[in-house]
Amino acid sequence: MAFERNTQETYYESIIRQGYSRRDFMKFSTYIAAYMGLETSAIGQVAKSLETTHRIPVIWEHYQECTCCSESFIRSDHPIVADIILDKISLDYTLTLMAASGHQAEAAKHATMEKYKGEYILCVEGSVPMGDDGNYCCIAGRSAKDLLIEAAEGAKAIIAWGSCACNGCVQAAYPNPTQATPIDKIIKNKPIIKVPGCPPIGEVMAGIIVHLITFDRLPELDNIGRPKAFYAKRVHDSCYRRPYYDAGLFAETFDDQNAKEGYCLYKVGCKGPMTYNSCGTIRWNNGVSFPIQSGHGCIGCSEEDFWDNGPFYERMTGLAGFGIESSADTIGKVAAGVLAGGLAAHAIAANISKRKELRDSIRTARENEKKFES
Amino acid sequence: MSSKNYKRVYVWELPVRIFHWINVLCITVLAVTGFIIADPPAILSGAEASESYWFGTVRVIHFGAAYIFFFNMILRIYWSFVGNRFAHWKSFLPFSREMRKNIKHVLKVDIMLQHDKTHDVRNISVGHNSVAALSYVALFVVALVQVFTGFGLYSDMSGWWLPDLFAWVVPLLGGDFMVRTIHHVATWVFIFFTLVHVYLVFYHDWLEGRGEVSSMFGGYKFVSEERFRKEGLADMPQKTPPAEAPKAETNPAT
Repeated sequence: MAFERNTQETYYESIIRQGYSRRDFMKFSTYIAAYMGLETSAIGQVAKSLETTHRIPVIWEHYQECTCCSESFIRSDHPIVADIILDKISLDYTLTLMAASGHQAEAAKHATMEKYKGEYILCVEGSVPMGDDGNYCCIAGRSAKDLLIEAAEGAKAIIAWGSCACNGCVQAAYPNPTQATPIDKIIKNKPIIKVPGCPPIGEVMAGIIVHLITFDRLPELDNIGRPKAFYAKRVHDSCYRRPYYDAGLFAETFDDQNAKEGYCLYKVGCKGPMTYNSCGTIRWNNGVSFPIQSGHGCIGCSEEDFWDNGPFYERMTGLAGFGIESSADTIGKVAAGVLAGGLAAHAIAANISKRKELRDSIRTARENEKKFES
Repeated sequence: MSSKNYKRVYVWELPVRIFHWINVLCITVLAVTGFIIADPPAILSGAEASESYWFGTVRVIHFGAAYIFFFNMILRIYWSFVGNRFAHWKSFLPFSREMRKNIKHVLKVDIMLQHDKTHDVRNISVGHNSVAALSYVALFVVALVQVFTGFGLYSDMSGWWLPDLFAWVVPLLGGDFMVRTIHHVATWVFIFFTLVHVYLVFYHDWLEGRGEVSSMFGGYKFVSEERFRKEGLADMPQKTPPAEAPKAETNPAT
């Protein structure tokens, strides 16, 4: 059973035992160091850490989610990620991938929580429904809220996988019927790494885990808790179509000549300029492509409230509560027109209301004109 | 109505006028380039991206104008401590009873177009009237909103510490989308302000005939003599008008 695995084995020993060669291991260390944004001199440190570190126990919880984060992770570029880090070694509890089920699975989790109290990493995939006492998501007869609080209690750190755990994603979109709540709104006393994206890129997920192993501390986070190595730049700033943006060459529709030329998708609703992620550099499916490369604008899946931030295929400044079709500019134009009309009316009214003063002053000025010595 | 003698009073000092016109220019440039950035025109061109950079240029102009707008604002804040009484920060907020009375007067006479029962010359403001002053405070707040949201969005592209000071704005408001929306909507406030502001300047110039429009070019306004005895404005340094325009000193108008 899961909790009986030999935790005294180092990552390297496990990798070798799984049949990988030393060469495969070194290739993996190099590759993951590159993704983590480390310089080549740090590869040795990564390799050494994997050779000497005993595995960190990991509990991976699934709440309101679609498991796309797990899917993304196990499709990470390098087989060692899926085989070793995730599947065979580290995970003491994960609904999707563990062999045990039912009471066995729950027992494994509790054994890890007790044995490695204060040491294990809690990975959370999915948001937690807070509405109706948390009854919208129950596992093993207990609410997600209960389970999260229990699992977080003894965790060393928490990784919030994906937009669900980071900001609620689609289930937290308006009107959020289940009151889906991101992890950091519930757990306040633990370090939380946010890894938003729907899903996050597999290499990003692997990179964060390896960072934890290698340096035994959290990666550097930005001020909303995302690792800077992967979320410091907008998709727009690393997009290969960026030169078209600067040149002012835009696709107007998805089937025009400009779209065929591969021009910037800014005007057909690409959210790349507002989205912080590594899609432009790491890309997806073993670096094959990413949405913009495939001709589709970024939908901003790693940004908070991206479901509520207007349509995916329009560039607009939406204003909630003013109707779906109206944008700020339409409202602005109407308001400016009304205002100009009001001012014109005021000007006419002023001339009528103040006619006596105006008449007097105009008369005096005319008289002065006559008296004027030339 | 009795004919009055007017005296020329130096109201808007040179730094105030320079601020005003730089501000006008910046707001115009920022609004125009801002709307282009928000919704670029469709240009069907066969040019290669490597040969063209017009959209980048528009953005450079926007960011450059933003810096000028910001520093211009800082200089105006400085001048509100060292400038004359009409430029002073205290003249913008209704601290005194007179100023609060003036708000009532302006709302009644200039906005609602009613008439005062008794004519009180002190109701005619020399610098800003109290309602206009409040509108500039409001505009200043909106300008701050633009500075914070604008530099907040810009900070990620900049290596300089100044825009980086505003980096916290984006996460505070929940992401680029919300910040961008606020930045965009606030632009319209400047447009509304400009409409009302320009109209009211013309309105006061037409009804009061004291050089409201030209005051922002030359700095002078005309103040009736009876006003000087009441407020001691005569203590202020008076510029003697140029010799070729002697009528200006005692120009009998209304």
